[in-house]
Amino acid sequence: MVVGNPDETMSNVTTITSTVTAAFLASFVEFVEAFTIVLAVGLTQSWRPALIGTGLAAAVLAALVLLLGPILSLIPLHALQFAIGVLLILFGMRWLRKAILRASGVLPLHDEAKAFAEETDLLRRQAGQRSAGYLAGLAAFKAVLLEGVEVVFIVIAVGTVHGMTLYASLGALGACGLVLVIGLVVHRPLARVPENTLKFVVGVMITSFGIFWTGEGLGAAWPGEDLAIIAILAILALFSLVVVRYLRGSRSLVGAAR
Amino acid sequence: MTALRLALSELVGLFIDDGNLAIFALVLIAVVTALVKLAGLPPLWGGALLLVGCLAILAESVLRATRSRRAASAR
Repeated sequence: MVVGNPDETMSNVTTITSTVTAAFLASFVEFVEAFTIVLAVGLTQSWRPALIGTGLAAAVLAALVLLLGPILSLIPLHALQFAIGVLLILFGMRWLRKAILRASGVLPLHDEAKAFAEETDLLRRQAGQRSAGYLAGLAAFKAVLLEGVEVVFIVIAVGTVHGMTLYASLGALGACGLVLVIGLVVHRPLARVPENTLKFVVGVMITSFGIFWTGEGLGAAWPGEDLAIIAILAILALFSLVVVRYLRGSRSLVGAAR
Repeated sequence: MTALRLALSELVGLFIDDGNLAIFALVLIAVVTALVKLAGLPPLWGGALLLVGCLAILAESVLRATRSRRAASAR
């Protein structure tokens, strides 16, 4: 980090802070969802298949990171910025869309307690089968792998372009540690985590990164350099909140008209 | 084969939820890229156009989803 130039230092601090925050919050949401399934397997079947499934999924994810890292380093910076920017726009807008629809009451909120109950119910029905242990391990493996792939993508996407993979990984590891600590203490699904609010924030952040990097990939010199991410983020957040407010208002109008 | 298909659909699902939103976003990016690279639009204007376009696509997608959910619940 260059300390001499205040503008550059501010820009670096902004990049590091936004990278760590985006990776931490997005990973936190994903780890909470994976934890629910692993906990259901551990409590319903036994901890052996839960831990084996989790360990195998973690190994596959580690292999994925080791494979993708060197491949991405071969791509020229502008092409990489553009490609990752496009993927981030698609990924972020998907999260943001769902978060807006949930926040405005159009879609129901994600319920970890319900997901836990459904998984527990399924595992209990499978308990009599000879392959029950295998199926339980498979459930843990699939949950950790599917949620983990999103974490890997987020870490690589927000970290690679500006050489911030280490900071993004630290954010994801911090989220993993926090979910494990809270999970060990409460020993039940983390249903009180404000998952939709987190998804809303992450959707705004990831989409902002996507627009910023796609622009940079096209050759745009954003005013204020990395600080422009904050401006894009503010516009996106404000716009999304206005849409939520409009949808809530129109919902109550429809309700009153009936 | 089934596992591979499942893995592929999960991978696609990471980026695509509402098909129209994904298509509109890709078309927007393609149009902005063409304007910058072929028509000489300043890249910064391209970036600004991208931001405005994303906002419009997002609004269209949530309004369409809201209308279809309300129409389904009214039936």
